[in-house]
Amino acid sequence: MNRTTTRQTSSRSLSSSRDGSRGFSERVVREISEYKKEPRWMLEKRLKSLELYQSLDDPGFGVTTDSLNINTIVPYLRPEVQAARNWEDVPEEIRSTFDKLGIPEAERKALAGVGAQYDSEIVYQSIKRELESIGVVFLDMESAVREYPEIVKRYFMRAITPSDHKYAALHGAFWSGGSFVYVPEGVSVPLPLQAYFRMSMEGSGQFEHTLIIAEKGSSVEFVEGCSAPRFNEINLHVGMVELFVRDGARVKYSTIQNWSKNTLNLNSKRAIVGEDGTVEWVSGSLGSNKTMLYPASLLVGEGAKSEHLAITYAGKGQHMDTGAKVFHMAPGTSSVIDARSISINGGWAFYRGKLHIASNAKGSKANVKCTALMMDDNSRSDTVPVIEVKTRDADVGHEARIGRISDDQIYYLTTRGLSEDQAKALIVKGFAEPISKEFPLEYAVELNRLLNLELEGAIG
Amino acid sequence: MLLIVSGLRAQNRESGQEILNGVDLTVRKGEIHAIMGPNGSGKSTLANVIMGNPKYRVTGGDVLFQGESIVELTTDQRVKKGLFMTFQHPFEITGVRLRSLIMASLDAVGRRFGVSNSIKKIDEIADSSGLERRFLDRYVNVGFSGGEKKRSEVIQFGLLRPKVAILDEIDSGLDIDSLRKIADALKSLKEEDMSLILITHYQRLLDYLVPDYVHVYDSGRVIRTGGPELAMVVEKQGYSPVLEHVRG
Repeated sequence: MNRTTTRQTSSRSLSSSRDGSRGFSERVVREISEYKKEPRWMLEKRLKSLELYQSLDDPGFGVTTDSLNINTIVPYLRPEVQAARNWEDVPEEIRSTFDKLGIPEAERKALAGVGAQYDSEIVYQSIKRELESIGVVFLDMESAVREYPEIVKRYFMRAITPSDHKYAALHGAFWSGGSFVYVPEGVSVPLPLQAYFRMSMEGSGQFEHTLIIAEKGSSVEFVEGCSAPRFNEINLHVGMVELFVRDGARVKYSTIQNWSKNTLNLNSKRAIVGEDGTVEWVSGSLGSNKTMLYPASLLVGEGAKSEHLAITYAGKGQHMDTGAKVFHMAPGTSSVIDARSISINGGWAFYRGKLHIASNAKGSKANVKCTALMMDDNSRSDTVPVIEVKTRDADVGHEARIGRISDDQIYYLTTRGLSEDQAKALIVKGFAEPISKEFPLEYAVELNRLLNLELEGAIG
Repeated sequence: MLLIVSGLRAQNRESGQEILNGVDLTVRKGEIHAIMGPNGSGKSTLANVIMGNPKYRVTGGDVLFQGESIVELTTDQRVKKGLFMTFQHPFEITGVRLRSLIMASLDAVGRRFGVSNSIKKIDEIADSSGLERRFLDRYVNVGFSGGEKKRSEVIQFGLLRPKVAILDEIDSGLDIDSLRKIADALKSLKEEDMSLILITHYQRLLDYLVPDYVHVYDSGRVIRTGGPELAMVVEKQGYSPVLEHVRG
């Protein structure tokens, strides 16, 4: 019953907002901004982004976005509508996965966006106090806009501007939720910050914005997402992550994405790295129907470093267009990309990468490795690693490999007592291991369990 | 009877080619059998059909293990019952560490010692079989020399402790010292009631592991069966006299 009520609410708010096609969107943007009690400059930013969104074309590559209907997004951005959602509304498939993963009830509800997570709120509050004592700010993005307007104003959507592409503009107009982290000069954050600590306060984040600023010589590890599938009724996720890694700072950003299998997931992530700074991206992309994700590192300071480690899983009906981009824009910079994908049961994994070494980036080093594992003949795998080197004085290594699990390998493992499914799972986990071991332990364990579950479902 | 192969016929699933033409073989508890035969006579194929390699289809006859037909079982089900095979050319599996594979297979066949005990057992057996421990943490067979691959197979045999093990050319490509080491390891790992089927070209292995029966195999069937002396004949005169004797 509850479900029906929710639906009616949404359709009413939708139709009532539909007066005038252009006015409709602008009005909703204003409503969001007002609801969040935002300062004028943020509203203006949103409106400017909206204008750009309407004028920009779809990117001419990657996944198709035909299924996208912007009109369905708007009502669900209102927290009061989200809160009305019921545990019973969460699809059976996702609930049973929660069971198999052994996730506690309260946590499940938060993950599915249907309830507050009181335990984690307590954890968050105590962590927040500890962080405050060393000057670290860890807040939801809305609060940051109100409490630290100068910092937010200076950095928000400066690494990725709304004019970057259509979905960056969409994000700029409708963003909601996300994390804000500010680490002062020379401070090392002693524990990995996990966005999920404060998930309850923002509801499920379809357009969440994560902004991390690591001042000179500081370091922080940030973990976003969760391996449990996150139910997303509106089918669209357009998140954004901006990392500002100042001179000598280090930021490690890990994420496991496991949106439900109906989600169109279009993310933009970018780091700007100063002199001798280091950024590490560790990504696991498993969920969603279609994904476009190419975390980018702009190495702008001399000696800046980046590392991109990524594992992508493309199962039945999934089209995962993922990769990495690195721009060497200063001398002595170095980068590593290790991107792996698994395609199974008709899934399509597409590696799209770009490595650019500018003419002034003398003495730079780069190593790109992309490996694909195809589990059967129905599945698809492509790699398009674009490499542009504008200086002779650079050391560039590149390796691309598409492998197939052979029947002989499977048979060999079955002669050791493993079932065919176990054999495949062992090979897949082995393939993913160099990436999964870079995650915080509990995430690595969950990633493995999740791969097991996926394979169980895919093969069994 | 532990293992009875009777009138076993099989074909290659893809090509339809007949590859077993009525094989008979009876193995009792604790026995050592040697299967010898010219190159290309299909000895490895026989091992693979007994193990249930999906490449082949059984078209006639039966394989009984402890009185029960196993031809319908998957390979891993056969292994769980106590059948095992080592490979002449074990496959490389990038990404899977030898130790992880061994742990997974111990678990699969129900030989569970707990993690720390398993690790200890694996280390011990590696030491006694002459495989340096660092290979345990490498990917299965990747970058292993011929001898290291064989030792890795022997270790897995020793840990899984099957009732019947088919050792397919465990002695091929080894120098005399390595052969002795492998044979010694096998000898110490073979328990009284364990049965072995040794597929080999050479007498040398049989000096260490003296067979109760020697079978000469050709064209997809057992041509002749005898005692250890038959291996001596083959060693001295080659297969022709044995095969001619039968054909004549």
